[in-house]
Amino acid sequence: MSLLDVNHLDVRFALRGGDVRALRDVCFSLDRGERLGIVGESGAGKSVAAFTLLNLIAQPGYIAGGSIEFDGQELIGLSDRKLRKVRGHRMSMIFQDPMMTLNPVLTIGEQMVECLKAHRRISTRQARTISINRLQQVQIPSPEARLDQYPHELSGGMRQRVIIAIALLLDPDIIIADEPTTALDVTIQAEIMALLLELCETHNVGLILITHDLGVVSQVTQRMLVMYAGRVIEQGPTREIINDPQHPYTQGLINALPQMATPGERLNQIPGSMPSLSKLPSGCAFHPRCGFVERPDGSHRSACHEEVPAFVTSGNCQAACHMVAEMIESERIPAEEQD
Amino acid sequence: MTTLTTRQTSRWERFRDSYLLYSFKRDLIAQVSLLVFILLVGAALLAPWLAPMNPYDLAQINILASELPPFWVDGSDPMYLMGTDAQGRDLLSTILYGLRVSLIIGFGAVAMQATLGVCFGLLAGYLGGRVDAFLMRLADIQLSFSTLMVAIIVGALFKAIFGGATFSDYAVPLLVLIIGLAEWPQYARTVRASVLAEKGKEYVDAARVMGLPSRRIMFRHILPNTLSPIFVISTVQVANAIISEAALSFLGLGMPETQPSLGSLIKSGFDYLQSGSWWITLIPGLVLVVLVLVINLLGDWLRDVLNPRLYKG
Amino acid sequence: MNSTATSPEASRPLLTLKGIEKRFSLSGDFLEQLQFKGGKLVRHQEHVHAINGVDLDIQRGEALCVVGESGCGKSTVARTVMGLITPSAGEVHYDGERIDNLSTKQLLPYRRRMQMIFQNPYASLNPRMTIQQTLEEPIRLHHPDWSNQAVKDKVSEVMTSVGISADWGPRYGHEFSGGQRQRIAIARALAVDPEFIVADEPISALDVSIQAQVLNLLMEAQQRSNLTYLFITHDLAVVEHFGTRVAVMYLGRVCEVAPTATLFSRPRHPYTQALMSAIPRLEDDRPQHIRLEGEVPTPVNLPSGCVFHGRCPHADERCRQEIPALIATDDGGQVACHAVEEGRIG
Repeated sequence: MSLLDVNHLDVRFALRGGDVRALRDVCFSLDRGERLGIVGESGAGKSVAAFTLLNLIAQPGYIAGGSIEFDGQELIGLSDRKLRKVRGHRMSMIFQDPMMTLNPVLTIGEQMVECLKAHRRISTRQARTISINRLQQVQIPSPEARLDQYPHELSGGMRQRVIIAIALLLDPDIIIADEPTTALDVTIQAEIMALLLELCETHNVGLILITHDLGVVSQVTQRMLVMYAGRVIEQGPTREIINDPQHPYTQGLINALPQMATPGERLNQIPGSMPSLSKLPSGCAFHPRCGFVERPDGSHRSACHEEVPAFVTSGNCQAACHMVAEMIESERIPAEEQD
Repeated sequence: MTTLTTRQTSRWERFRDSYLLYSFKRDLIAQVSLLVFILLVGAALLAPWLAPMNPYDLAQINILASELPPFWVDGSDPMYLMGTDAQGRDLLSTILYGLRVSLIIGFGAVAMQATLGVCFGLLAGYLGGRVDAFLMRLADIQLSFSTLMVAIIVGALFKAIFGGATFSDYAVPLLVLIIGLAEWPQYARTVRASVLAEKGKEYVDAARVMGLPSRRIMFRHILPNTLSPIFVISTVQVANAIISEAALSFLGLGMPETQPSLGSLIKSGFDYLQSGSWWITLIPGLVLVVLVLVINLLGDWLRDVLNPRLYKG
Repeated sequence: MNSTATSPEASRPLLTLKGIEKRFSLSGDFLEQLQFKGGKLVRHQEHVHAINGVDLDIQRGEALCVVGESGCGKSTVARTVMGLITPSAGEVHYDGERIDNLSTKQLLPYRRRMQMIFQNPYASLNPRMTIQQTLEEPIRLHHPDWSNQAVKDKVSEVMTSVGISADWGPRYGHEFSGGQRQRIAIARALAVDPEFIVADEPISALDVSIQAQVLNLLMEAQQRSNLTYLFITHDLAVVEHFGTRVAVMYLGRVCEVAPTATLFSRPRHPYTQALMSAIPRLEDDRPQHIRLEGEVPTPVNLPSGCVFHGRCPHADERCRQEIPALIATDDGGQVACHAVEEGRIG
């Protein structure tokens, strides 16, 4: 059994023009110590997914259905008191903007000690010792001095390290990192990612990494989900998806990277843009941008704009695409005929 | 022609789908306020037709009918619905005409404040540096004079130079000038703050890169984007200007009693309050309170709607 | 206009930056600068040194990419070139003429020839103007003699050329997605048929799939109208794809300039090497990235000598004392590094 099991998660936002479905039928699981990447462009629902896991969805958003099972315990519908024992304790979160987590009027030390004492019965001195130890783990020089500094006295990279230290404070089972390095420079980003990876490996902590950066995902995670317009459209081992993407959107996303093209030549672009969640196309949400709605022989695949595609398994990967389903089907039939 | 009509319909549709209308439909206070405000403004504008008599016409005034109470009090005359004042003018008519004067001065003064304040605020915010420092210090100095002091100084000077009779003739434009001059810094500060915020945005850089002259950038690009706060502050300022005018008139520095505004009406009745003629003061006072209240309520609603932090399209 | 392209004109760089410096005051106005120190009233000023002595040449038809991390001054360079900022020292020459000291009016003919594309498509379009108004404005300004019909034709022509429908004219910017808005912003820049475009991080606010669309659009426009680009970005993968030459900046100085292929195959400056090793790649092999020690110093108190010495693994005493100058290398680039000059590193 996995540590975290998310099933048929359905999140909606009650807006003026009616409900907008931010997440539809999202299913995934995470094993202990596993690193999972959630990839998608803005509006794909990846951040909503992260917030939902911690039940941090704020009005007007609400969870309309599905389940989130963590270590055998259902999180949806749990009282705030019980939820707090999970949140911040066994699951912690790293945000894109460190200042979202750090309180500007408290010192780093006060915030870390407060967090520790809220969850454990320990003295302030013990809490400080643990805090210093964590700051050492994230390779912050002279951690004792840092404890008495305010967040604004640290640079962006240092703040993000402090955030990681705070996330590690209570020895969580899972860290959810929402675009943790997007606001940072390339050289700092590489260091923070390397650090996060190393800490997860040594402490056997699971990581859910939410990002738009395929490069980061491919270097850090073992498995990945690709999201589009509120749905998971492809999932599987990171290496396999990067090397051999099944879904046309994933293919487009990878092929659109400048490093996939010859310098000076045209990039392989995906036409159009992500639809607004309130005006989703019928059937497969990607079909207006997809180049595979027409079959190679020129015939039209009507299922693409009529039916929402179900997941089909291809190797270790799963993709929600009618074209992939057809291909698998056509490969299987000749094989059966031969038998 | 066809393009024009399509654009008009789309503008109407935009308004119909707008957040402004949406929130208005859900705000009872705003609806009632707007209704009362429209009724008051309508009554003031239509005063020559609505009012039973013309208070400015001495021939219609009957001095024998002075200090008659309103219709629900014993001793009233059905000809004078709200009673009469000490000079025998029909109070209802006088209030309607007075409301008109108050509104003209209120809106006129705000138009003046806005013109001055918006120009100075735009210049200070956009040009920055010395111009900014100079204009803002000027605003500080202006704010350290109260409206009252400006009114006393300007009024006294005018009376000394041109005499009291000329003052009565030019009372309305003069009050517009006084209240307009006294309170432009409110606008200038608000506009300057929004200009500073807008100036940092890339569309202003884009306009500069295009080579547009500063004047066009200020008025065509930045000004339209600072309209929301100007709009909000205008409602508050109209209410303030009306109150300022009433206060000045009450102190005898404003409208003469021959062309009464709400403030001078209140003042003229004040002397008779102790002889039992309370209505001459109270009824115009009530109208003033209601007018200022609905304007402020509308302003509050507008501020909530136009607040960019609350508003998400 | 003189259409005769004589040989010295053809070989002359389109744009030259000579020793550009820009300081921003941190200390507010004159009254706020006065401080009591040791019983005396002194004027104390603090500055951010955004750029310190940048020399660059941009040749006709090339795409010069300026890369660097936040705070390295690359956007300040772009804004100085466009005259949005007046440099504290140094000169900007465009096609042989000095332009940094011209008035708004004198600059007008240059405004038609050089245009800019901004980073944030959500802020670069005036929210109170329709697309039609936005696109007509520059055309009417620079061609006051054109008829209404000519202006409208030009607008629909540029709209088509950036791949947006000409029917969008009466609509407002906020009705469009980020990618569409950036297309509109590009259309605005192209509307006056410029020869030189400064693009300040034009794709970093966009989604991955949209980035490719916009990059393709910029490359098409370059081929069609023989444009010259000054392209500011932090994304090295984009540089590799797009740039003819690359200038790497660190803390307000150019530390390396080289043709793209040369720079990517053989980065010389230690900072360039670290920057390149930090790009997250899709490939399986995790390249050992060069860890830089410490953090980028603030541009308020600049370090003495080479600005990079505090984080450089090869720094020695000379690096701490003496500011390195850009020196031509054998493979067509320029490097500002004592270690490279002395042959201590390859």
